[in-house]
Amino acid sequence: MDHPIKRDHSRFRKIVKGKIRDNLRKYVSNGEMPSPKGDGTFKIPMPQIDTPRFKFGDRQQGGMGQGEGEQGDPVDGQPGEGEGEEGEAGNTEGNKELEVELSLDELAAILGEELELPNIEPKGKKSLESTTDRYTSIGTSGPDSLKHFKRSYREALKRQLATGSYDFDNPVIIPHKHDMRYRSADSKIEFENAAVVIYMMDVSGSMGDEQKEIVRTESFWINLWLKSQYKDIEIRYIIHDATAKEVDEETFFRTRESGGTLISSAFKLCREIMKADYNSSEWNIYPFHFSDGDNWSTDDTKLCLEILDKDIIPESNVFCYGQVESRYGSGQFYKDLHSKYGEKNDAVTLSKIKNKEAILDSIKDFLGKGK
Amino acid sequence: MNRTKPIDGELLRLKEEIRQYAVDYGLVFDPVIFEVCDYDTINILAAQGGFPARYPHWRFGMEYDQLSKGYAYGLQKIYEMVINTNPCYAYLLNANHLVDQKIVMAHVYGHADFFKNNFWFKHSNKNMMDVMANHGTKIRRYMDRYGQDKVEDFIDNVLSLENLLDINVLFETQEVRDSRREANRQAIAEMGSEHSESDERSQALRSFMKSKLNPNREAKKNLSPDEEEQLQEGVTTENSSPRDIMRFILENAPLKEWEADILAILREEAYYFLPQRLTKIMNEGWASYWHSKIMTKKVLKASEIIDFADHHAGVMAMSKQNINPYKIGIELFRDIEYRWDTGKYGKEYQECTNMAAKQSWDLKLGGGREKIFEVRKTHNDITFIDEFFTEEFCERQQLFTYKYNPRTGRYEIDTRDFEDIKSKLLSQLTNFGQPLIEIETGNFSNRGELLLKHIHQGVDLDMSFAAETMKNVYALWKRPINLLTVQEEVETTYVFDGKELKPLS
Repeated sequence: MDHPIKRDHSRFRKIVKGKIRDNLRKYVSNGEMPSPKGDGTFKIPMPQIDTPRFKFGDRQQGGMGQGEGEQGDPVDGQPGEGEGEEGEAGNTEGNKELEVELSLDELAAILGEELELPNIEPKGKKSLESTTDRYTSIGTSGPDSLKHFKRSYREALKRQLATGSYDFDNPVIIPHKHDMRYRSADSKIEFENAAVVIYMMDVSGSMGDEQKEIVRTESFWINLWLKSQYKDIEIRYIIHDATAKEVDEETFFRTRESGGTLISSAFKLCREIMKADYNSSEWNIYPFHFSDGDNWSTDDTKLCLEILDKDIIPESNVFCYGQVESRYGSGQFYKDLHSKYGEKNDAVTLSKIKNKEAILDSIKDFLGKGK
Repeated sequence: MNRTKPIDGELLRLKEEIRQYAVDYGLVFDPVIFEVCDYDTINILAAQGGFPARYPHWRFGMEYDQLSKGYAYGLQKIYEMVINTNPCYAYLLNANHLVDQKIVMAHVYGHADFFKNNFWFKHSNKNMMDVMANHGTKIRRYMDRYGQDKVEDFIDNVLSLENLLDINVLFETQEVRDSRREANRQAIAEMGSEHSESDERSQALRSFMKSKLNPNREAKKNLSPDEEEQLQEGVTTENSSPRDIMRFILENAPLKEWEADILAILREEAYYFLPQRLTKIMNEGWASYWHSKIMTKKVLKASEIIDFADHHAGVMAMSKQNINPYKIGIELFRDIEYRWDTGKYGKEYQECTNMAAKQSWDLKLGGGREKIFEVRKTHNDITFIDEFFTEEFCERQQLFTYKYNPRTGRYEIDTRDFEDIKSKLLSQLTNFGQPLIEIETGNFSNRGELLLKHIHQGVDLDMSFAAETMKNVYALWKRPINLLTVQEEVETTYVFDGKELKPLS
């Protein structure tokens, strides 16, 4: 049986998850994204899970330290950090802010629960087939590097006992060649489903920092959800003003161009990428486009719709358009798409994102169809 | 399930050797039982305040979570743990080097001596291992009966009061306790078959029975309005201290039996840990003084000296953000020993104006060792600092205070002035670093509301925490909670009426 503290621990985890769910809206709209760590988990700052008590306000209180320094020199870090290395439990007062770690799946599950997101049905039988080797069994031959010492020893011991060559006073075991055991692989065929998300964003002058921040936050949570749904996921980024180019993530959120907007340029590039790299019978494709709704001309919008209809929508799971409200944007593109595809189109999802508070609802718009 | 095992072989031999040195140096302690365990176990024990069995509560899980992470990332490692019981239990980490085990053993004997001799530990319950386990059983039983969520929520509420303790309660003498026990026994006899989870070893029941006895609750029904009013006024703090807030709630809040019992349990545990909070600097300083002394004078082999120095220095590391109690404690004990050896104290020394003479002052009194033994007996952190923290010491230790600079958004060194530092240090230690909160009345505005008074000593309360706290107190008291405090130099009364916190108009 496990130590009872494991129950306390899982209780704590449960409380934490509940807390995160309750505060999800706040996290999302504050643009506070959990910071990913190397091992696939996410760190989430967690204020006030500890028991509330009467305590002094920190700033006014200040503190004391030891060491060199003149008056006015900064004291690195915050009070409460670097608490003594050695501590007797039960009497250290921690001001530490709690940070909890959640795995991607746990975090996605919270998002899914809160937004009541349906699981995605990956596109039918066209999934990828792959074989993976798992070293789960034991064989009688193999390379030395996979030698299983314990098993080999046991075989040798068995043999020596059976043949009576085992000396109790001098228990030396000498393995023969046929005693050797090796780890060996079992091959398994796994069906993988792969997905690609293609983000397109208008970076023309009218898209300000706030708009980009919204896109950034939104794409984080969308990625999180899709990552939890697909085993393998690729993400591509396209920025455009009057021309489009593919960029990396960093550039995607940083770039700010001036000049006009030709949405079709992005759609063209998207089409090329899809043709070149992603066969829709094998890939689940998610093109996302974010803009403030301005397009250069109605002709271009026409071209856009044509590309969507002919090349993008048929190949994609769902095409998503998010219109981020900005002071300069007219919002025309949304109207155009809306008049063509309407509210309840399975292959096209449209969403207006008014401000940061609306991010969560918009995520639900995009992912709520389970496609 | 045995997660710890007794020491044997070389460790057992070492223990005997070190124990003998400790005895020879004059340390006096209850028997110490050392056990070895792995890091996971020591994390569990540490999360539970050193005890192998506690009541179920998520915060132990939280502590454990953080300790395990700290260990996994190599940020922190618990070397030693010792609990104040008789016999003392101390745990050694099985992965530590032998030299570490020696340090820990010597260190633990220092603690054991402190636990046994320091005045503030005089009345602590040395049977706490059993008591804690019994508390666990009782609370588990309540959870079975009333539901885990319900009981845990109640515990959460009570824990909000856990830091509001009256240190004078530690000096309740045996007679006071005996007379209370006698009263309780009578009460039990009178109540006849009244039953609850009874348990002779638990103090908690006794205080609980006491609360049953309280006339305010029992006799109220058949009183004339006049008398009732009198009693209402009696709901102040007549027989308990205004700072013993848990006790006041216990005796006066409308609690169910099981709630009262749990509150009493938690109160007892809080008071058990209190002396350690009052003597952190002294306790660690004393233990460090002795591990250093015993190791360097007796136990260390030449080959171990580097490792010892490294680890000792790690423990004594100075930090710019915090005072390291180990460091200040050991240095202060050493300073006292030195001053009393040389006679650098008293009127004559203080008034000597010849700096050279002061520097080389040595009356060869040799009373240092005796003095520090006396100090460890009678002082707590506050009096320890107040009496022995000198200007020379302050300078030598390179102490400073820092504060938040709103202009730069940083914490900056404020001053190295001796008086300022000392008064800051003392104020930080006052009431073991917790705000002083007193019960003013349990019948505020004649409406049965609770009025708490924050004794403001220069630092405001964090009001967002206060709001949450009052919410939890409200859950216990079930009537509005008022708090008289000072915010930004204005005296204000806040009220939490069950919905929100607002200033009382």
